[in-house]
Amino acid sequence: MSVSTDKSLKNPGGPTDDRGALTGEVAPPISWQAPVAYWVVAALTVLVFALGAPTGSETTFSLATSKDFFQLAPLTVPAGPVTIGLGVLVAALAGYATYAAVRRVKVGVWVPVIVGIAFLLAFLVWSGADKGNAIAVPNMLTQGLVFAVPLAFGAMAGLVCERSGIINIAIEGQLLAGAFLAAVVATLVSNPYAGLLAAPLAGAAVAAVLAWFAITYRVDQIIVGVVLNVLVTGLTSFLFSTVLKENSSTLNSPPRLPVIEIPLLSQIPIVGPMLFRQTILVYILFVTIAVLQVMLFRSRWGLRMRAVGEHPKAADTVGIKVNRTRWRNTILGGAIAGLGGASFTIALGLAFGKEMTAGRGFIALAAMILGRWSPRGALLAALLFGLAEALRGTLSIVGSPIPAQFLSMLPYLATIFAVAGLVGRVRAPAAEGIPYTK
Amino acid sequence: MTDRQPGTSTAPGTTKGSEPRDPSGTAEPNRGRTLLRDIAESTGAVVTLAVLAALALAAVLIAAANPEVQRTASYVFARPSDFLTAVWEAVWSAYSSLFRGAVFDPQASTTERMFRPLTETLTASVPLIFAGLGLGIGFRSGLFNIGAQGQVVLGAVVSAYVGFAFQLPALLHVTLAVLGGLMAGALWAGIAGALKARFGANEVIVTIMLNSIAVLLMSYLLSTTAFKRPGSNNPISPMLDESAMFVPLLGDSFRLHAGWLLALAAAVGTWWLMERSTWGFKFRAVGANADAARTAGTSVRAVYVWVMLVAGGLAGLGGVSQVLGTEGVLQEGVAGSIGFDAITVALLGRSRPLGTVLAATLFGALRAGSPLMQTVSGTPIDIVLVVQAVIVLLIAAPPLVRSMFRLPAPGSGSRLAKEVAA
Amino acid sequence: MKLELRGITKIFGSLVANDHIDLVVEEGEIHALLGENGAGKSTLMNVLYGFYDPDDGEILVDDVPRTFTGPGDAMAAGIGMVHQHFMLVPVFTVAENVALGHEPVKGGGILDLKVARARVREISERFGFDIDPDALIEDLPVGAQQRVEIIKALSRDAQVLILDEPTAVLTPQETDELIEIMRELRAAGTSIVFITHKLREVRAVADRITVIRRGKVVGTASPQSSEKELASAMVGRSVSLGVEKAPAKPSDVRLQVRDLAVTNAAGAKALDSVSFDVAGGEILAIAGVQGNGQTELAEAILGMQPRATGSVRLGGTELVGRSIRQVLDAGVGFVPEDRSKDGIIASFSIEENLILDLHDRAPFAKGPMIDRRVVAENAERQIEQFDVRARSAQDLGSQLSGGNQQKLVLAREMSRPLELFIASQPTRGLDVGSIEFVHKRIVAERDAGTAVIIVSTELDEVLDLADRIAVMYRGQIIGVVPAGTSRDVLGLMMAGLPLAAAQTEAAKHPTHPADAGRPAGTPEVLS
Repeated sequence: MSVSTDKSLKNPGGPTDDRGALTGEVAPPISWQAPVAYWVVAALTVLVFALGAPTGSETTFSLATSKDFFQLAPLTVPAGPVTIGLGVLVAALAGYATYAAVRRVKVGVWVPVIVGIAFLLAFLVWSGADKGNAIAVPNMLTQGLVFAVPLAFGAMAGLVCERSGIINIAIEGQLLAGAFLAAVVATLVSNPYAGLLAAPLAGAAVAAVLAWFAITYRVDQIIVGVVLNVLVTGLTSFLFSTVLKENSSTLNSPPRLPVIEIPLLSQIPIVGPMLFRQTILVYILFVTIAVLQVMLFRSRWGLRMRAVGEHPKAADTVGIKVNRTRWRNTILGGAIAGLGGASFTIALGLAFGKEMTAGRGFIALAAMILGRWSPRGALLAALLFGLAEALRGTLSIVGSPIPAQFLSMLPYLATIFAVAGLVGRVRAPAAEGIPYTK
Repeated sequence: MTDRQPGTSTAPGTTKGSEPRDPSGTAEPNRGRTLLRDIAESTGAVVTLAVLAALALAAVLIAAANPEVQRTASYVFARPSDFLTAVWEAVWSAYSSLFRGAVFDPQASTTERMFRPLTETLTASVPLIFAGLGLGIGFRSGLFNIGAQGQVVLGAVVSAYVGFAFQLPALLHVTLAVLGGLMAGALWAGIAGALKARFGANEVIVTIMLNSIAVLLMSYLLSTTAFKRPGSNNPISPMLDESAMFVPLLGDSFRLHAGWLLALAAAVGTWWLMERSTWGFKFRAVGANADAARTAGTSVRAVYVWVMLVAGGLAGLGGVSQVLGTEGVLQEGVAGSIGFDAITVALLGRSRPLGTVLAATLFGALRAGSPLMQTVSGTPIDIVLVVQAVIVLLIAAPPLVRSMFRLPAPGSGSRLAKEVAA
Repeated sequence: MKLELRGITKIFGSLVANDHIDLVVEEGEIHALLGENGAGKSTLMNVLYGFYDPDDGEILVDDVPRTFTGPGDAMAAGIGMVHQHFMLVPVFTVAENVALGHEPVKGGGILDLKVARARVREISERFGFDIDPDALIEDLPVGAQQRVEIIKALSRDAQVLILDEPTAVLTPQETDELIEIMRELRAAGTSIVFITHKLREVRAVADRITVIRRGKVVGTASPQSSEKELASAMVGRSVSLGVEKAPAKPSDVRLQVRDLAVTNAAGAKALDSVSFDVAGGEILAIAGVQGNGQTELAEAILGMQPRATGSVRLGGTELVGRSIRQVLDAGVGFVPEDRSKDGIIASFSIEENLILDLHDRAPFAKGPMIDRRVVAENAERQIEQFDVRARSAQDLGSQLSGGNQQKLVLAREMSRPLELFIASQPTRGLDVGSIEFVHKRIVAERDAGTAVIIVSTELDEVLDLADRIAVMYRGQIIGVVPAGTSRDVLGLMMAGLPLAAAQTEAAKHPTHPADAGRPAGTPEVLS
């Protein structure tokens, strides 16, 4: 699934030589896509949100939860001026991006992040304008994180597999298997932590099947992934209907992972509860992402893994066992996804239900692509998607000016724009999806 | 660039196995897509064995989940016959009721009812045939269209709208509803085709995303006044006009409808398109080697768009047949999992029209028979998913099936000879 | 370190790629392995490097038998290899590529890139390579990439270095530099196995020569052997290396190229303001080192380059801005340089491959239908005329040998009436018999009055076929010279010297005295 499968289309005629640029004088073409996208966002912010907010209207945000030590007072802002201000901010960033594009300088990842946040804020101000209810920001953020956790785990799983050259479309199945086994084991042992240990095993088992077919039998990885999703859905649903349903108290009533509040840090206003009043699963996620970010780019393990995903034969010629590396990393990826599956059941104390992952695996895949195969980027994308989901909930309380379904489409639309190269080029590992043979 | 893409320039193996080669050439979509090649080479024996192995695996699951089997297993060493009887009864009960629900029911009260299951199977196969044909065209043209689901949904939405929103004469009404659904599916898939042609956007990702968007879009539409049934709080459309519905083929007591004939016609049309027409030649050429096709003057971009339009149109017809043939109404879940099942249908059918029809009929039988199986033996419908998935996994890996059943390996290919020359 | 191969046999299916090959490489010698394309040289080296398991035979290092289960074992035994297609990860830096597989690490498996960089610098300085350890591979020119490969091997203390067709991508001057490096390495005690089919290079640098033909060692030779002797040994019969052709009878100018420029995807000018004419009935050969814009030139004429500007007029028709289809219809025949990628469809039958471009035209198409009878008849005719060796027209493209694939492409492209015929690397990777056939056909096309452009990086092919030679360097045509121009002058022009400067320079330093000023078409090197 190289995101630009069609190298021939992107560069008709192809980069025909290994020499690359022949004459140094000519600079690369200016990439207008990102600045244009920012300008569109700026225009939307001003035209829809700023002008769309009723004149003189106000929006109220509540900024604290009842547990907070510092009780921040609810914040009420005038809708018009604030949205205009945010629009101007986005316009300024769009201007900067334009300048950078002309100068052919790369802008940092902070630009799209701030643009995204500003757009989101403007949207919130507009949505909440003159509504009776306050928008509960900390709740929304915490909810967003809850939604983001499986996405982030799934995205890490996809990333670990794809960086070593194996396309993992089966994230959905791995999440589902993890959710299933976590619930069952946690119930059997009456200990949520036992479920936490079992979940990665389930994901790894699914990944092992993926690796077995994709590496040993060289079956197309996309197909194996798609079919594995069907298989896991069928198996878990079958077992749910036959076994779990009858014995739900003994097999499917998992205890909930306790929330571990980190002293002091959890008292940070607004973001404290979101980040530091969480279950161990969330802390594991933070550690996983931080470790992956370092290991992927700075460790021997990461270097070899990326070599195997970019140019397996080169890796082979220096004695790296390509298929063994792929096996290991695919299974590791599956284990990470399985752990993410635990967030559906034991993290919330919920029983397993048929098809309860509801396509989150595909959104995780989207987060990975939008995050350009980097742990940090994928985390940001997962958070964005999680927030969009939480926003939907918040807006249904406040009263939403736009249909909830359109908010839910956001991750999918963003991904389509990403793979179409409208928000900068995404470059998949060169050898992904291609079985390795000597 | 070829230097940096290991595996891409390796010449693919030649046809293996004893099966006579299709004289017009066995196209294989895309380099690196070993799956489709393997399927093209897999013999009928492999397919049969894959189906049997999947059913055997499912039998193990059915038995294991059966309470009686679990009970007798606790004293299996004392009285193994109890256990074996329980296993046999669980499996027999499930599969015999599956057969009765899908093919022929000797216990039914009337002759008509005895044969009714078979017509149900054919009815269930209709959307699978349509969508499977579309996906098959995509696979052979090098496009991995995972988006049949979204195309089915869009086809269903538009044909339903035409069906309930307008009052027209019968033939005209049904024609317009069909065309509307066809075009909706085509355009929905065309988005992916155009993005690939214009920006090189990977169609796998785009179609996966479009699937989810389509479902959300339908959910939204069903909440609008244009689509919602007046007076209902549920997301369900008004009933379609009788004039927009496919006519039943065997009278009103059977559900089998004219859509089945349309599906068979589509299969013949697809065969002609791919094997005999200049379009199909271009499609296959692009699928087998887009670079060579382009060098020979074929517009690869145009082919991508056209393939997606044709494939999407066919998948759209899958949605149409669901609405105009069986449901008569639009509601969430109208598309079921047709789009995903169709992927397995196209793969099992080896992307060929005849194979697709047969595979769709097989999976249609599983669909049609599984409700009776659930009622009679308590085996949940979900087992069908397991069977489907295992069949496709196995036919995708012929060497695995061969080693499972100790079949002789087919003659070794000449691929290695190519490598020597390198 | 002494390296010995005894009775190495490697069989792929029915093909015996290596048949009991014996080879001894003494310490500190440059041992050339000479053979045609497909003779089994690369297979042998891949066996030696642990990539393939031999079916028979053994490898001895300093007289101790060793088995290599993978390249890792071979490297541990002191064997390094510079592959024909570089084994470098394009998105990694030089230091990362050199470190890969034996990475220096700090605690916790974290890379110690400082050590890796220092290692690159140290080797780089020892041999005067001038390589920046932090440069990305994809930004480096080919010559520098090759040096990175050598650094990579040396950093693993390779005592035997295998160089697989190392000069294929180099200019004659870069080749000379490489030969210098090889001599330095030898002086430092490193043994070198030098795989090539280029006779001159072998004679310039090898201490001993082993000739391989059809998977077997057919003899050894000394560097003093004449090129003719080496060529005969390599091919197995006495070869007339030249192409027989009558003097060209150019008619009026058929193709006019003016200020043709191509910007590649990275924004660089891959083709920079190129202008030239070709008359009907003459062969213009485009010479140059791989990657100097020849590919872009051929593709721009064919309409495959979207960012092409300038003018290409064929007869009275402007071709720039036309689609490939329209260009082909204007009477252009094209043989792409990578035939397995661009020329044929491996899974299509010969029949279908012969109508890739004509399938939607009469007589093959009747409306939207393809007339399969006409297609079959056409195949029968073309197979006979172009001597495509196959069991039937239903054979798949992948079942053909390289030579027969190329004949298939020629048959297709020459089956239409042509105004202009362009062939890129028409004989790359072919055996001698096929080369002769292809050359004959190209000359015949010229004699039929077609304007012919041959793009070739093989100077010998250029000298054999050309009526005029255009030399390309960095996207520009640095000069158009007559067919009789000396090899030295052409080589210098390929390195970027204009004609006058090249002539002066060539007169001052004849690099290979024996070759200086040899007339064109003199038999010399194969393919």
